[in-house]
Amino acid sequence: MAQVGAAAMPVIIGIIVLYGFLKNVDVFDTFLEGAKEGITSSLQILPTLIGLIVAVSMVRASGLLEMLCSLAEPLTKAVGISPEILPLAILRPISGSGSSAYTLSILQQFGPDSETGKIASVLASSTETTFYAIAVYFGACQYKKLRYTVPAALLGDCAALIFAVLTVKLLG
Amino acid sequence: MLNFIWFGMIIASVICAACTGGLGGLSNAVMEGAGSAVELSIALLGSMCAWLGFLRIAEKSGLTALLAEGFSPVIDRLFPEYRNDNEIKGKMCMNLSANFLGLGNAATPLGLAAISAMAKKNPGDTPTKGMILFVVFNTASIQLLPVNMAAMRSSCGSGQPFAILPEIWVTSLAALLTCVLFCKLMERRSVFQKGR
Repeated sequence: MAQVGAAAMPVIIGIIVLYGFLKNVDVFDTFLEGAKEGITSSLQILPTLIGLIVAVSMVRASGLLEMLCSLAEPLTKAVGISPEILPLAILRPISGSGSSAYTLSILQQFGPDSETGKIASVLASSTETTFYAIAVYFGACQYKKLRYTVPAALLGDCAALIFAVLTVKLLG
Repeated sequence: MLNFIWFGMIIASVICAACTGGLGGLSNAVMEGAGSAVELSIALLGSMCAWLGFLRIAEKSGLTALLAEGFSPVIDRLFPEYRNDNEIKGKMCMNLSANFLGLGNAATPLGLAAISAMAKKNPGDTPTKGMILFVVFNTASIQLLPVNMAAMRSSCGSGQPFAILPEIWVTSLAALLTCVLFCKLMERRSVFQKGR
């Protein structure tokens, strides 16, 4: 199955270029036209990235996560999950690379096929880097009033945490 | 909203580091964070240009229009305000397909292209319902094959790296449905000044 996943991108690119060629599109010229826009788009989101990543790395270096998690330890004990799951749930929406590294350390510590390892795997791949997506998308088009975007996205992250624990405990 | 969250993150970490005596580590974190943001955006620059190039070919050849037509039953119901806009629908479908196939590198450029097209039709400082739902879709995750996770699991010695597929599907679907339901509820409650 891993091969199928790795094949997806080249196959899609092949289809796009072949279909364009068959429809008499000047494929290379058209590619360059589109690619040119990529330069301005990625420069436009650079300030957003810097602002967000600086704040995230400050949070990670400050020990804030550990403090929050030690406060919530009675809760994780009551539900019957390892206390290591909670920092992952908090880290996942704010930092993609940070949560990957953390997931890896959980898998190494508990083993990937243990209950905690499974919950971590499910949680990490059922959600996205919420704040990154919101900041990049709305930062790119300069909107200030985000209305219910953040609550909706965070509600989804909470649902993912609950369902990750439930599905692994019930199905696994 | 992001103002408060960003403010909260920075102030909370300064206070927390001051209490635990880790202020020195914090100043390193600021410089490292800024540096890694630039590294990330350079990495993104490449995939951004490449995917916007491929997107343009797909648009000119009519491939995205085909895709939009195929997804119409779902997309029209979720994003009724863009029902008649094939350009935006095509870009959204490209982004959603990239997400579904787990092509994170492609999803961001394609999603940015979609949201910029929507923003062009909606000046001002408030996004439309459709834009909010679209961004929320991108904060959730629906992946057919979580290849990266499987690779990570097998590198840690997992006997069955893909054994958690059903759990991932159920969980990500449940999270996405929660988001969509919440957005649809809020759409009904909200009064839009522009009558959208």
